[in-house]
Formats: sequence, C-alpha cells, structure tokens
Amino acid sequence: MTLPVQDPSNSFLFGRLSLESIPYHEPILLATFAVVALVGIVVFGALTYFRLWGYLWKEWFTSVDHKKIGIMYMVLGVIMLLRGFADAIMMRLQQAMAFGGSEGYLPAHHYDQVFTAHGVIMIFFVAMPMVTGLMNYVVPLQIGARDVSFPFLNNFSFWMTVGGAIVVMMSLFIGEFSKAGWLAMPPLSGIGASPDVGVDYYIWGLQIAGVGTTLSGINLLVTIIKMRAPGMHMMRMPIFTWTALCTNVLIVASFPVLTAVLVLLSLDRYMGTHFFTNGMGGNPMMYVNFIWIWGHPEVYILILPCFGIYSEVTSTFSGKKLFGYTSMVYATICITILSYLVWLHHFFTMGSGASVNSFFGITTMIISIPTGAKLFNWLFTMYRGRIRFELPMMWTIAFMLTFTVGGMTGVLLAVPPADFVLHNSLFLIAHFHNVIIGGVLFGLFAGMNYWFPKAFGFTLNEFWGKISFWFWVIGYWFAFTPLYILGLMGVTRRMRVFDDPSLQIWFVIAAFGAGLIAIGIGAFLIQIAVSIRDKEKNRDVTGDPWNGRTLEWATSSPPPDYNFAFTPLVRDLDAWHDMKTHGYKRPQSNFAPIHMPRNTGTGVIIAALSVVCGFGLIWYIWWLVALSFGAILAVAIGHTFITDRDFHIPARTVTDTEAARSKLLARGT
Amino acid sequence: MTMTVDTNSTPQFHLSEEPHHPEGASTMLGFWVYLMSDCLIFAVLFAVYAVLGHSFAGGPGPKELFDLELVALNTAMLLFSSITYGFAMLEMARDRVKPMLIWLVITGLFGAAFLTIELTEFSHMIAEGATPQSSAFLSAFFTLVGTHGLHVTFGSIWLITLILQVLRFGLTSFNKRRLMCLSLFWHFLDVIWIGVFTFVYLMGMI
Repeated sequence: MTLPVQDPSNSFLFGRLSLESIPYHEPILLATFAVVALVGIVVFGALTYFRLWGYLWKEWFTSVDHKKIGIMYMVLGVIMLLRGFADAIMMRLQQAMAFGGSEGYLPAHHYDQVFTAHGVIMIFFVAMPMVTGLMNYVVPLQIGARDVSFPFLNNFSFWMTVGGAIVVMMSLFIGEFSKAGWLAMPPLSGIGASPDVGVDYYIWGLQIAGVGTTLSGINLLVTIIKMRAPGMHMMRMPIFTWTALCTNVLIVASFPVLTAVLVLLSLDRYMGTHFFTNGMGGNPMMYVNFIWIWGHPEVYILILPCFGIYSEVTSTFSGKKLFGYTSMVYATICITILSYLVWLHHFFTMGSGASVNSFFGITTMIISIPTGAKLFNWLFTMYRGRIRFELPMMWTIAFMLTFTVGGMTGVLLAVPPADFVLHNSLFLIAHFHNVIIGGVLFGLFAGMNYWFPKAFGFTLNEFWGKISFWFWVIGYWFAFTPLYILGLMGVTRRMRVFDDPSLQIWFVIAAFGAGLIAIGIGAFLIQIAVSIRDKEKNRDVTGDPWNGRTLEWATSSPPPDYNFAFTPLVRDLDAWHDMKTHGYKRPQSNFAPIHMPRNTGTGVIIAALSVVCGFGLIWYIWWLVALSFGAILAVAIGHTFITDRDFHIPARTVTDTEAARSKLLARGT
Repeated sequence: MTMTVDTNSTPQFHLSEEPHHPEGASTMLGFWVYLMSDCLIFAVLFAVYAVLGHSFAGGPGPKELFDLELVALNTAMLLFSSITYGFAMLEMARDRVKPMLIWLVITGLFGAAFLTIELTEFSHMIAEGATPQSSAFLSAFFTLVGTHGLHVTFGSIWLITLILQVLRFGLTSFNKRRLMCLSLFWHFLDVIWIGVFTFVYLMGMI
C-alpha cells in the first residue's frame, strides 16, 4: 500500500499543506474563525495598549512559582472549557434537529470532528489542566513547602500542556481534526480509513501535552515525598495531598502507556508498520487494550483529587475534623490499585470469554466499596457538624447526590450481560457524564470557590455563584437523564440523524438542559468578573476566610512568593487547626533570607518549538521537523549551561512583607 | 527531619532556622521515578512483541534473520560500556577529573560501537527484504530494538554534553548529580538490553 507520506504531490516546502487545507468553504468554521480572530485582536491590542506583554512575560510566562503556574493551568482549563462546551451544544442542537428526514445543520464529516474534539478537549485540556492546576497551587502550601521539587520542570510541563492545546485548536482553521472518536481506535484511525491530517493532529496534540503531564506527575510525586514540612509524616498529610499523591502515582504509571501506544499508531500511519492493521499479522484489539490500560486509570486521575477537595470542604464547612481519616487514606490507595485491574470492562463485547469478563466485572464492582466508604465518611463528617452552606459545600452536596447515581449505573454496566445490551449506547454516555460532571466538574467548582480567596485575596461573589450552581446542577439533570432513557431504549452514541420521531422529545429535553448549563457557565464567568469588580468589598485580610484546618490557610491571601516566612512545624493532623487552638502567634522578627529559584524562559521556548515540530509532522514538512527538533535539543542542552538559577529574597524584604501583613491583620480585627 | 517538641511548655509551630534542604536533594528520586515511567514504555513494547512475535505473515522468522554471534558481540559492547561507566563513577567519587573523563570517553566509544553494530544488523535485514513493513513480527522487532537504540543514542548525546560540562565547569555538585543520573540511565538501558537479548534473540532461536 502507498502511504500518504509517499504521495509524490507533497511539496518539499509545504508538505501536504496547501490553500485547500484552509476550510474557507465551511460557513460555520468561517464564522468561528471571524469571532476567534476578533477576540484575539481585541485581547492582543489591549495587552499591547496597556503595555502588559513585558509584565506577563516576566511575572507569569517565565515564572517558576507553583502558585502562578497553578493559576495559569486554571486559566487554560476555563478557556478550553468554553471550546469544549461549544462542541457539546453543537451536538445537542444537531441531535435535537435531525429528525423526520432533516439532516440537521452539521454535515457528517463536521459532526464527527465535533464529537471527537469535545471528548479530547474536555478530558485532556479542561479536566486535566484544572486538576493539575489545583494540585500545583495547593499541595506545596498544604505540606508547608516553598515550591515544588523541580520548579523549572513545572513551568515547562505547563507550557507543553498549552502546546498540545494549541495543536488541537489549530486543527479548527488549518486542515481538520480527527473523526475517529476521542480514543482514535484503529482500524478507523489507521491510515487506510483516515488518510487526512485529523488523526495526526490528535496524535501530536496529545503527545506534546503528554510530555507535560508525565513530567508534572513526577514533579508533584517527588514534591509530596520529599518536601513535607518537619513533623508531617504520611498519616498527617491533608487528605487532598494524599489524593494528589495517588493521582500522580497513577499519572506516572499510566501516561507512558498512552505515549507508547500513540507512537505505535503513528508508526502505522507514517511508516506503514503493522501493529494495529487488519493485514500482515496486525492486531487492532491490542490497541483497545493498551488505550484502556491508560484510559481507566485516567478517570481516577481526574476523580481522586476531587475526592480530596470534597474531603477538605466537608470537614471545613462542618467545623469538624474529617470522619475516618485513616479509612479515607486506605480507600484512596485501594482505588488507586484497583483502577489498574478493571480496564477490560470498557470492551466486554470484544468477546474475551466468560471467565475474563467475570474477573473484570467483579473487580469493577469491588471499586464501589472503597468509594462507598468515602461517601459514608463525608456523611458522618457532616453528622452533628455545624454545616455552613457556602458555595463549596453546596457543590459538595450536589456531588454526593449526583455522583451516587452515576456510581450505581456504573455498577450496573459492570455486569457483563447488561453491558452487552448497553455497550456504546447513550446509557453509557449518560453514565460517564454523570460521574465526570457530577464528580470531577462539581469538585473543580467546589475547589475553585474554596481556594479562590487564597489565590487572589478576595472571595468569589456568592449571588452569581449560586446562579451558576443551580443552573449547572439542574441543567446537568435535564441534559443527561434523557440520555439514560434513550440508552435503555437502545439508541447508540455518535449518531447524527434519527429516523424514529418518537425519540425527538428526549433530545429536545437534553438540548434544553445543555442550554441551562450554558447559563451556568455564563454565570460563572460573570461571578469572576463581578468578584474582581467588588474585590475591595470582599477582601480576605485574615488569610483564613473559611476557618480552615490545613496549612494553606496559615499564610496570607495571596501567599507571599516564599509561602511561609518560617517553615511550619507540624504536630498533628489538620496542622493549622492545631496551631489556632494552641495559641499560635505569628513570628514578627528574626527573619532570614530565603533561597528561591529564578524565572526562566526556556520552558516557553521548548514548548513553542515542540508545537512547530508537531505542525511539521502533521503536514509532512520534514525540513521543519528536522530544524525544530534540532532547535529543541540545542535549547535544552544550552539550558544546562546556565548556572545562574537561584537567588535569595533578602531578610529585609521578608520583614517588610510580614509587617505589611501584620498591619492588614490588625485592620481586619 | 526528626525534631523533638517539648509538649509541656508553649508549643513551637515553626522552625527558627531554615531546614537544610540540600541542593538537588530530590533529583535522584525524581530521576528514578522518570526511569520507571520509561520502563513502562519498554513494558508496552515487550508486550507488543509478545503478542505479535509470531505473526510472520508468511515472511521470515527469527531463525532466518538473527545472527546470534553478532548480537552476542553487541551485547558485550553494551555490558562493557556499563562497566567502564562504573569505573568513571569510582573516579568521580575520588574527585579525579582526568581519569573520569577518560573512562567516560571509553564508555561513549563502546556505546558508539553498539549502535554501529545494531545499525549494521538492521541494514542487513532490510537488504534481505525483512523491513518493518513486512510483517507484524518485524514491526514489533524493529520498534522494540530500535527504541532501545534511540535511548542509547540520546544517552550518548547526553554523555558528550556532560563531558563538555565537566571540561567547562569542573566536577561541581551540579555535574556530579547529572553524571549520577546518566549513570542510572546507562545501567537501566543495560538491564533493558538483557531483556531484549533474552526475550527476543535467545528465545527466538528456540
């Protein structure tokens, strides 16, 4: 077979890129491009007008401060949420319209890209950056550290994630995105069925982002093991840090599998090898196994830190220490291990036989035991607590109610015979949105409302937060309950048009739900805008707006660059609560210079070169690939010759910063 | 890390002095964790070889293709390079820069010999028509062995970089740490190769 790589019409200079690759004949894309370009010009112009580029570069882009990197991860996540949600609402509209002979408004090749992009973006570029962002921000503060173990690597990881997002976004306006679903299963994603650039955009977007994710996993894992404040042994770690530890173990132990399997898929596509082809001894089912050996731990990578958030929130807003801390830790570890033993439940229908299916069905059901234990721990923490129904607590309660239903439908799907009926139906779609929206997303909102005052020094507006909350929660139920029903009736996923008119009403209800969620997202953006406007009114001068229990609340909001003037000494679980109850007094003098890492632009540069290299690989522009790859090596090696990597914050600066805080605290009381 | 706290008097909540975090104290652990993640990539490639290793698609199999004597020679090159790297580390421990550099250069030469022999083997196979495209077995073979070879290539580039580093800055704590990391990496590739030699070459001849 001749591969597209060998096509003689590929030019040396531009590979297979030509003017025809720009989708100017597609009105929807053209309009999108106009809007994106307009917003881009306005943002670019505003940054130039207010002379903010230098500030952004010096204070943010090149920053190795875990707090700033954490915030940048969150910004990336929110921006990509808008894109991922735009895809969602397009699908809902299409499916609500395409009945009774109507083709809807999306042509098939566009619709297939939309559902692929929606899944890829929501998992890799919304959920992952936001989870990583919260871990980045909170973990070093919770363990009383000044930064992560490898601050430069942290900056680099972030920019590689951005690089992956840029590659995926580029496919909107140059060429097209993958039409093979969010896991790109061969042979559909093979070169025979998908000869265009779509799958290549998918591969290189994920590979570039994957480098960032793996490195950030290693970084946070080592940070938690090595950088804890004296006295904080493992069983005194805050539960969020525990879940972050387990999540990063999962990242390090699963992302290399994704990397390897995508390499094999690209070899099939670029070199004509036979790993996943139908002929010459290839085995497509091997891909399905590998991708889920990564993919199942991936969903636990997302949910575990959120379980950590719920634990912190429940205990703080119930005014009690967490019920069953030890059982919570062991439940988290159990889930971590079990998440590796269930991957086959994603393809019971492959036909591995009764014994194999039973094994994976049973391991899947067992996962619900530690998860259930967690739920009871949260309930018992609330029991006889003085519960304050602030926004983080509201999201937590909504999670408990919503996620439980998702968990039950999950156990239902874990029964292989039932799965044979429900496999790839809308029931499955409803199930995993139930756990990912009801579990991960609600957790992220709880976490953002909880830690926002720590990061920015003022609380988020409650009115708009509540609007956002109710529209999200009710919108979720309107959007996905119909999918459960449709799935039970046998409607499969990824359909573009429908024949049976009796189904339409359910899709209309689902579209209505998506509309409610749109209002929820809008209200969230307004919440942030209003909060920034009113920041003086909602300022948090105490550094501890919720009467928190863990170390991040011991420092000011926002924390100084060095986090803690003196490294805390931990005597108990809930270290800050312990400090408050035992008459802790802030140190006022005898400050010493603090050793800090210096900012560097190397991460941004290597990530930018990686994007260029990925672009060359996608479009077969080999000279560009060679040039950019050589440049990556040169910059990386050049970086090792830079010896000026750190500096000391002088004791005077620390004294001034702390004195300013004392003044603020005195004003607050 | 051990601190005794007197619980009877006013409790102490912070250290009055900075805890001593030696520069780069986390690096070895971090690099070790990275190696384990790399090990997983090889685990996937070994698993692929286990699944596809007998899918010859009517083409040649290991017995027709492998030249065991050449591979044994190649294995010797890599094992020797590990020993010489070890000698370099011994010299580093004694802070003797020049002998250390000599051992590092010898290590690099063994690495280069390994790569040359491997490429010769590959080019022979391709000349006989046994290309990565011929069958799933050959796809898996070239990818597993080639990925190891790529690692050795990057290890060699790293080795050269570190030799330049030592020439420029001497045996600073920075460079010692880097040499220790490369040492781990180099021995790790040795271990992987023993797996390749046993699993692919020796068992292929049975």
